[in-house]
Amino acid sequence: MHPVPEPEATMATPSAHGRGTGAGIRLSGIGLTFHGAHGAPATRVLEGIDLEIAPREVVALIGPNGCGKSTLLRVLAGLLAADAGTVSIDGQTVTEPDPRVGLVFQEPRLLAWRSAEANVRFPMELAGWSRERQTARADDLLGLVGLREYAHSRPGTLSGGTRQRVSIARALALEPSLILLDEPFSALDALTRERFNLELLRLWERTGTTIVLVTHSIPEAVFLADRVVVLSPRPARIVADIRVGLPRPRRLSDLDSAFVSSLAADVRAHLVDTTDDAIAMEEARMAIPAGLTPRDLPRRYAETDPGTPALFDPFAPEDES
Amino acid sequence: MTAARHPRRRRLLGTLSPVAASLAVFVVAWQLVVFVSGFPPYILPGPLSVAEAFVRAWTDGTMWPHVAATLVEVLLGFALGASVAIVAGIALARSPLAERLLSPYLVAAQATPVLALAPLIALWFGTGLPSKLVITTLIVFFPVAVATMVGIRSVDPRLLEMARSFRASSWQTVVRVEVPAAGPVILGAMRVGVTLAVIGAIVGEWAGANRGLGVLINEARGSLFDIPLMFAALLQLAIIGVALYLVMLFIERRIVGAR
Repeated sequence: MHPVPEPEATMATPSAHGRGTGAGIRLSGIGLTFHGAHGAPATRVLEGIDLEIAPREVVALIGPNGCGKSTLLRVLAGLLAADAGTVSIDGQTVTEPDPRVGLVFQEPRLLAWRSAEANVRFPMELAGWSRERQTARADDLLGLVGLREYAHSRPGTLSGGTRQRVSIARALALEPSLILLDEPFSALDALTRERFNLELLRLWERTGTTIVLVTHSIPEAVFLADRVVVLSPRPARIVADIRVGLPRPRRLSDLDSAFVSSLAADVRAHLVDTTDDAIAMEEARMAIPAGLTPRDLPRRYAETDPGTPALFDPFAPEDES
Repeated sequence: MTAARHPRRRRLLGTLSPVAASLAVFVVAWQLVVFVSGFPPYILPGPLSVAEAFVRAWTDGTMWPHVAATLVEVLLGFALGASVAIVAGIALARSPLAERLLSPYLVAAQATPVLALAPLIALWFGTGLPSKLVITTLIVFFPVAVATMVGIRSVDPRLLEMARSFRASSWQTVVRVEVPAAGPVILGAMRVGVTLAVIGAIVGEWAGANRGLGVLINEARGSLFDIPLMFAALLQLAIIGVALYLVMLFIERRIVGAR
């Protein structure tokens, strides 16, 4: 872990790392129903969502667990098609994953067999960039997230927070004008999480993108966002759109101010069915997905399956034998 | 250059010394059985006479042409079988229809002993290299294809969603995500497949050939009636099998071990 990296010479201007202008987004009348497989009942997940986001704005989506926040983010990313309404980025309708959008998932989702640098180059390879351009851009991005020295490390050797930084660098690879983050730091401990939130704001200041993030932490939403959009339980509707008039650049000490507390209370008042007990119960349930025995967990969450063990294997590392 | 100054070398030595010890025990036990039972050499030759036959076969030029023929069959057959199997495994993993249409035939082909098919294949493809390649391919195909299919099916769907968010085409997804992610499973099956390829080549040679270790074994038992030579050929076959297995294991370690 490192302190927030100092801006480097090549990053003096926002345009060195982004287009300098974030994308404007318009969601109008978004509705989505999941049709259950094998006759299971259909679930209405999103209902009549209208939302307009200005360029360079930071918007936090917050709502009870399972309300459809992540689903809404996937619709915005073009990964899921809404069955009502339209999504448009800078006036163009989104129907499939869009090159102007960079997505950061809850888990780093790195390719375990590639180095950090090669993971960051992954989107550029897919986009058919030249090797020189890939290398230069990956080097810039790793510098931006303070990970140059880990360029050749494999994800398996990095800490959870460092992996998530690699995944943020990867999301920035194609110079997106909109970054979507799906509970990006929820797996990190509270202190690391605060520092990452601060780093995210510094990145945002330098890259000039629009940011939409999903979170279930009220203080986090208030600290990061210009607007906190509160969603109802399923089917998700917008129940409140709260403007956060906190000056930027923000500091961690802002989190302790009375102003933030009163805003947080305002957000909480709009959250239905999320008493502290309900949140705790829901989080406990999320920790172990239904139908999984704890014994299955490490395997399920391993990034790749281990190979079949060898009958006779003189090359095995000593500690295995 | 002492072993103590080289951790790698010391580790290899640590691995190899029990192997050498167990080999020594095996040879001694073998000699004991020969000694106690009093079997004549044409039933069970002792390790010394087999070693002698082995050295003789190599020095008088009997062994090499057979080894060369078998090695070519094994290596080509394995390469062919594994490549076809990987391509088929990818297709089966991606298309449930392909799986439904093809899997009955795959399982039936696997359930029919290759030994029983060999005469037919020799009839169709002759006694040359092609019939050996067909048999070897058949025997290597199934485990590698099934492992590829299962490996690709079990790739973390979250990685696939990540690739999709960066607009990966299906070809890019296969080559850059699915096959590397399934790599350990596929390589594990190939390690098994390479030993099966040796079996395929010998079965093919028995069904009709004029060169190869299978032919040498038959000749040693039949027209030559040189049982120590037959044992020497078996020993050679075992050495080839173990060596190929180790080469595959080494490749697997180099690729997967770095993760």
